[in-house]
Amino acid sequence: MGSAYTPGLTVSGRTVIEKTRRLPLKGAVLVQEGELVVPTTVIARTELPGLMQTVKLAEQLGVEPNELTSALRVSTGDMIEKGQLLAQTKGLFGFFKSEFKSPVAGKLEMVSEQTGHLGIRMPPTPIEKDAYVSGVVQSVVPEEGAVIRCVGALVQGIFGVGGERQGVIRAVTSSQDATLDESAITPECKGNILIGGQCVTLAALRAAAACGAAGIVVGGVVDSDLMEFMRSELKDPGFDIGVAITGHEPIPLTLVVTEGFGPIRMADRTYSLLQSLNGRAAAINGATQIRAGVIRPEVIVADADQAAAVAPPAADAGELRIGTPIRVIREPYFGALGSVTGLPSELTQVDSETWVRVLNAALQDGRTVTVPRANVEIIVT
Amino acid sequence: MPEIRTILATDCGSTTTKAILITKQDGSYRLTSRGEAPTTVEAPFDDVTVGVTNAVREVEELSKRKLLDADGKVAVAADEGDEGADLYLSTSSAGGGLQMTVAGVVKAMSAESAQRAALGAGAIILDVIAVDDGRKDYQKVERIRQLRPDMILMSGGTDGGTINHLVELAEMLVSADPKPRLGIGLNLPVIYAGNKDAYPAVAELLENRVSLRKVDNLRPTLERENLLPAREAIHELFLEHVMQQAPGYGKLSSWVSTGIMSTPNAVGKIMQTIAAQRNITVLGVDIGGATTDVFSVFKSLQGDSIYNRTVSANLGMSYSICNVLMEAKAENIRRWLPFSVSDAELRNQLRNKMIRPTTIPQRMEDLQIEQAVSREALRLAFEHHKSLARGLTGVQQTRTIGDAMTQGGTGLTLVNMMSLDMIVGSGGVLSHAPRRAQSALMMMDAYQPEGVTLLTVDSIFMMPQLGILSTVQPEAATEVFERDCLIYLGTCVAPVGTGKEGDACVTVEVAGSSTAVPYGSIKVIPLGFVTGDDGEPKRAEATITPARGFDVGNGKGRSRTVTVTGGLSGIIIDARGRPLTLPTDDAMRLRKIKEWMAAMDIPVDAPNA
Repeated sequence: MGSAYTPGLTVSGRTVIEKTRRLPLKGAVLVQEGELVVPTTVIARTELPGLMQTVKLAEQLGVEPNELTSALRVSTGDMIEKGQLLAQTKGLFGFFKSEFKSPVAGKLEMVSEQTGHLGIRMPPTPIEKDAYVSGVVQSVVPEEGAVIRCVGALVQGIFGVGGERQGVIRAVTSSQDATLDESAITPECKGNILIGGQCVTLAALRAAAACGAAGIVVGGVVDSDLMEFMRSELKDPGFDIGVAITGHEPIPLTLVVTEGFGPIRMADRTYSLLQSLNGRAAAINGATQIRAGVIRPEVIVADADQAAAVAPPAADAGELRIGTPIRVIREPYFGALGSVTGLPSELTQVDSETWVRVLNAALQDGRTVTVPRANVEIIVT
Repeated sequence: MPEIRTILATDCGSTTTKAILITKQDGSYRLTSRGEAPTTVEAPFDDVTVGVTNAVREVEELSKRKLLDADGKVAVAADEGDEGADLYLSTSSAGGGLQMTVAGVVKAMSAESAQRAALGAGAIILDVIAVDDGRKDYQKVERIRQLRPDMILMSGGTDGGTINHLVELAEMLVSADPKPRLGIGLNLPVIYAGNKDAYPAVAELLENRVSLRKVDNLRPTLERENLLPAREAIHELFLEHVMQQAPGYGKLSSWVSTGIMSTPNAVGKIMQTIAAQRNITVLGVDIGGATTDVFSVFKSLQGDSIYNRTVSANLGMSYSICNVLMEAKAENIRRWLPFSVSDAELRNQLRNKMIRPTTIPQRMEDLQIEQAVSREALRLAFEHHKSLARGLTGVQQTRTIGDAMTQGGTGLTLVNMMSLDMIVGSGGVLSHAPRRAQSALMMMDAYQPEGVTLLTVDSIFMMPQLGILSTVQPEAATEVFERDCLIYLGTCVAPVGTGKEGDACVTVEVAGSSTAVPYGSIKVIPLGFVTGDDGEPKRAEATITPARGFDVGNGKGRSRTVTVTGGLSGIIIDARGRPLTLPTDDAMRLRKIKEWMAAMDIPVDAPNA
C-alpha cells in the first residue's frame, strides 16, 4: 500500500461539488441554509470602502498647516459634494481671498494640522458574490458567504486561465487526438464552451475570443501559443506566467487544459464525458493555484433538478494498491495509462540515479514499466 | 533542570512537514531518526498538527520510541522511560510563511533598512513602499490595499528629524485601510520603527484602525542601523497574530516547549552560529520549491561581522520554476546543459513541472534540466542578495586620501567572494542530488567562488530544526550539525582572471605532489575523510601558485599557502576563470560542459543509456 503523492484530478459524470462562496470583506449574507440557488443568485453583498483622496489643502491655499482650521468651511464627518467649497482664507482686508473646492464627492474623514492635508473618503463600491453553480445552500458562513452543494458532472483540468463564466458545452473536434483549429470556430460558438482534443492553435484561440465563446477545454496547449494569445489580449508584450496563480486575467474567454503543456491527447474518460454533456449549460473557471491551497480549473454541469438530487457515494481516492488504475504524469511515459502491478517498499534507483519509491505498472500499450510513485496520479473511477 | 536526552523537532514546510529525533548517546547528541509527511494547513485538514502527527508517527516507527500520547499529541515527557521527548520544538514556513509590506520615507535609506529588518526576521517582502519610490500616491494606496500582508513595518526619518513624511505615510495607510491576510475582521498589525518624534501624530491617525506597536527607530541616525527591536517585534507579532490565525497553530503552540520560529529565521541562526564559532565568512542558501533564501555573514570595512538574509520569493524549483525561466530566460538555462534542446521543448517541460510540482525527474536529461534551472535560480537569488547586503547609503564618510582612492562610495555590497571562506547549500535540489559532486558544481557555476572556498551541503535539510534548537540547547545543535548535518564536499580553488584555453593558469602543491591545471579546465585532487567516507574531513597544507595575470587572494601571480579541507570530492581546482564565461559556439560549449562534468565524476548519460 502507499499514497499517491499527486492527487488525481476528478473527472466524474455525477458527484457532489461543494463551492465555498465568500466575500473578500465582511458583509451581509442574503441566502439561508437549504435554499435553492441558480448561478446568478446573489449569495452575499458588501461594500468595499472607497479610497481616500488626499487633498493637499494647506499647500493649495498657500497657508501653514496649523492655519488650516480657521480656513476650513467643512468639518470631519461631513458629506462633501464635488465642487463644494472646502476652505477659504481671510485674505488681506477682505481682499485676495483664496478658496478651494472639493475635487471629489465623499466623506471628510481626516484633517491633519501636521501636514495640512484633508482626506475625503470616496463612496464605497458594492461587491456581490453570486452562486456560480445551481445547487442548495448547504451552510451559511456568517457575514461572509455560503457553501453551495451542487450535484452534477465535474471535470477538473490541470491548468487554466480566465475567470468564472457560464456557457453551453459544444463539441467541436472529431476525436481526442484532433487539434482544435480556427476552421472549427463559427459564429454559432458565441456563448459556448468549446471542447477540443489534443491541442488548440493560436489562431483558434483568437477566433474563439473574437466570436465571443465563453471558454475552451482542451488536452494541451503549446506554451508559446498561449503566451502569444495572452500578450495580445492583455496588450502587454512582456506578459508571462511565472507562478501558477491564475484566473484573474481580463481575457475574453476561459481556457481549461486537462493534461498539460504541448500537444497531449485528452484522456479518454475526460473526452467521453465532455462529449456526453454536449448542449448542456455549464460553469467554467480557469483559476489555478498550485501553491498552498491547490485550486484546479474546472467545468461543472449541474443536474437539472437540484432539489431532487441525491448525493452519490464518495469515491475512494488517494490509496495506491495492486490493480489501481493510474496515469503517468511525467516523461518518459507521460500520459500513458495503466494499472499498478507492484509496490516495492525499498528505494529504487531510476535512470537519473535518484533513489526513490517506485511502483511497477502494466501500461495499456503492453509495456511493463517502473516509475517513481510521485510521477503517477490515480484515475478516480 | 533535568538533563535533556531526547529532542524532537519538526519543520512545517509549505509542502512537507519534516520531523527529526535527536538523542544523547555516549555523552553526545546524534540524529537518530527522521520522518516526513505532507503538510496539512489546507483543506480538507485545515490543521497543521495532522501533518506533524503523521511525520512524528514515522519517527516513532523508525525509532521504536513512543512520542505521541493517546490523543495523537506530541508527548513532552519529563518521563524517565522510553516514551515522549524531553524537548519538542518546531519551525514553520507553511501557509506561505510570513508575508510583509515595508514602508519607509527614502527608498535607498529607511525603506531599505526596513527591508533588511523584515528579511532578517524571516519574512517574504510583498512590496517596499517609499515616499520617493516613483509611484503616484493613489498607486501606492491601491497597492497597499490589494496586498493583504500579515503585517506592515513602517519606518523613516532619523530621531529628531522631520515628521511630515511619516504622517503622510500614515495617511496613506488610513486611505488604503489595509486588511490582514488571515483573520477576516481583525485589525492589521503595524510596527512603527521610525522617527520617535513623529509617533504621536502617526498614532493619532492610525489608532483604532490598525493594531499599532512602536519600537525603537531602526535608523536613528544616518550612520546607524538598529534592526534588532524591529526584528523582535516582527517575531512576536508572527507568533501572536499570524501563527494563531493559521490553521492548527494554536494547538501546535500548546505542544511545543518554546515558541514556534519561522523557518528562515531558524536557518539564519545556524548560519550566524557557524560564522561566529569558526570566525569565518559564510554564504548559505536554502533553495526550495517556491522560494530561495540566501544568508551571508561578511566583514565590514571596519572588520565587524554583518549578517544578511534575503528571500527571493518567486525563485524556486517547482512552484516557481517558470519564474526562474521568465527571469533568467531560456538561453541562460540551456547553456548549462550537456545536450541541445529547443526553447519550445524546454518551456513546455518546465511548465509541466510547474503544474505538477511534486514529480521527480526519472530520465537523466530531465535531472540535468532541473539542475540547470537551479544554477540560474541560485545565481539570480544571489544577485538579489548582493544588492541588499550592503553598507548604509546616505552616510557621510570622512575619508583619508587612501580611502578615497579605494572606495567607490557608500552603499557598496558587503559580498566579497575572494574573502568568502565557506558556502553551505541546502534545499531539495542541493541536499538530494544523486551525486554530491553535482551539488558542488551547481554552487560553483552559480556563485563562482574566488580564491579558496570550502563547499558544504546540508545532508537531509535539517537546518531549520537545528536553528531553533541552537536557541535553547546550543551544544546539542552544534554536535548534530557537525556530525550529521554538514556534508563536506571539499575545497574549491578558483583563480580570478581570464586567459586562453589551454594556457597556464594555476599550480597546486599538496603533500609534495604538484598539479598544474590549464585555463578552461577543472581538475580534482582526492582528499577525503579521516576515517570512512564521512565525518571529520582530512586537512592539508596547499601551496597555490597562480600564473601571471591570475589571483588566488594574494594578488596577481602571487602564490598563497593555505590549509585546505577535503570532502566527498576533494580539492576542486576550477581553472575556468573568473568571471566564468561559457563558449559562445554551441558545439564547443557542449564539449566543455561534458568535460567539466567528467572532471567532477558526474555522468552525462544515464548508466544504462
